[in-house]
Amino acid sequence: MNALEIKGLTKAYRDFRLDSLDLVLPSGCIMGLIGENGAGKSTTIKLILNTIRRDAGTITIMGKDNRKNVQLMKEDVGIVLDDVGFPECLTGKQVGKIMRNTYRNWDNKAYEDYLRKFSVPMDKEFKDFSRGMKMKLGIAVAMSHDPKLLILDEATSGLDPVVRDEVVEMLNEFTRDEGHSILISSHIVSDLEKLCDYIAFLHKGKLLLCEEKDALLEEFGIIHCAPETLRELDASAVKGKKETAYGAEAIVKRNAVPVGMDVSPIGIEELFVFMVKEGK
Amino acid sequence: MNVFIDNKRGAPIYDQIYSQIKAQIINGELKEDEALPSIRNLAKDLRISVITTKRAYDELEREGFIYTLPAKGCFVAPKNVELLREESLKKIEEYMQKIAQLAVSCGLSKEEVVEMFMMNWEE
Repeated sequence: MNALEIKGLTKAYRDFRLDSLDLVLPSGCIMGLIGENGAGKSTTIKLILNTIRRDAGTITIMGKDNRKNVQLMKEDVGIVLDDVGFPECLTGKQVGKIMRNTYRNWDNKAYEDYLRKFSVPMDKEFKDFSRGMKMKLGIAVAMSHDPKLLILDEATSGLDPVVRDEVVEMLNEFTRDEGHSILISSHIVSDLEKLCDYIAFLHKGKLLLCEEKDALLEEFGIIHCAPETLRELDASAVKGKKETAYGAEAIVKRNAVPVGMDVSPIGIEELFVFMVKEGK
Repeated sequence: MNVFIDNKRGAPIYDQIYSQIKAQIINGELKEDEALPSIRNLAKDLRISVITTKRAYDELEREGFIYTLPAKGCFVAPKNVELLREESLKKIEEYMQKIAQLAVSCGLSKEEVVEMFMMNWEE
């Protein structure tokens, strides 16, 4: 079963248009939704959560239309937005108490275990939390009501490397259960790159690609060579290039360059930047 | 079982897992019929994609190093002498190619290389 299926999703604003988006996230997998600021990541997530009205398209979560059974859907989906907002005067413990009466499947023991494990204070008021603590609390809440799908919007931006690492660890633990899936949007991907099974690139409201990460990394590579050598290559092999006075750098399709050429591996972030620039 | 993932190294991650497990099966660190960690657990322990890990296991299975029992998991296959021999032959061939390339690049003749090899062999 697919955890999330989006077909032909369209939403037009006056100066922005999310254009007929198709996405499939198989159950048990992690998908990274990558795009620059304003690419449509948050619009997509708001549409999945049905907090804004769509113009066209369908969204199914765990095989069910997301507009029917809204209550059930909210039980099944854990959400963390870039800003975690709880009432300022509440402590971690009190947040747990409220959630116990909010969600049917709230597991308070799991919640408190998460807080302990990721050193989030139990008795401190929310207003005194650091950004990292707020984010970890948000994720702990989202994971403790036994959701099947976890959706995170820019959850790691603005966090220090140590906390980012802890967040990755939390997500990793969550997906140990093969019924659990994650959709995570971000504009920085270095720390999520290893974790993701699928990568989707969003640019100006359009889906540039959505592929298995390994296939993607295998298809493309980066070469460093003299500008003359680059010009000899088949034009269809070169996906993007940068030339300086001292040499050239290019993104190439591995299977289209001559055998024996030294092609180094490329990171998801580099690939995205090259693709967006080529598209301009 | 030990598996180390090196992000800085050029080899794809699935390949790193594949070759390390294979090496441990060949040198006997992983015994016949020993259970391997489940794909999902290994992926989560290494903090990498499940699909990446699955690919490494698929490759190992295709080459006969491991076998899968439905709903039980993956296990080390009985050592196949023929397979090991083939592995070694492949490796020897690789080294020979390298020797040939090096020899050509510094102007050594075939006879000289063979002589060097014979001397080495007898030592």
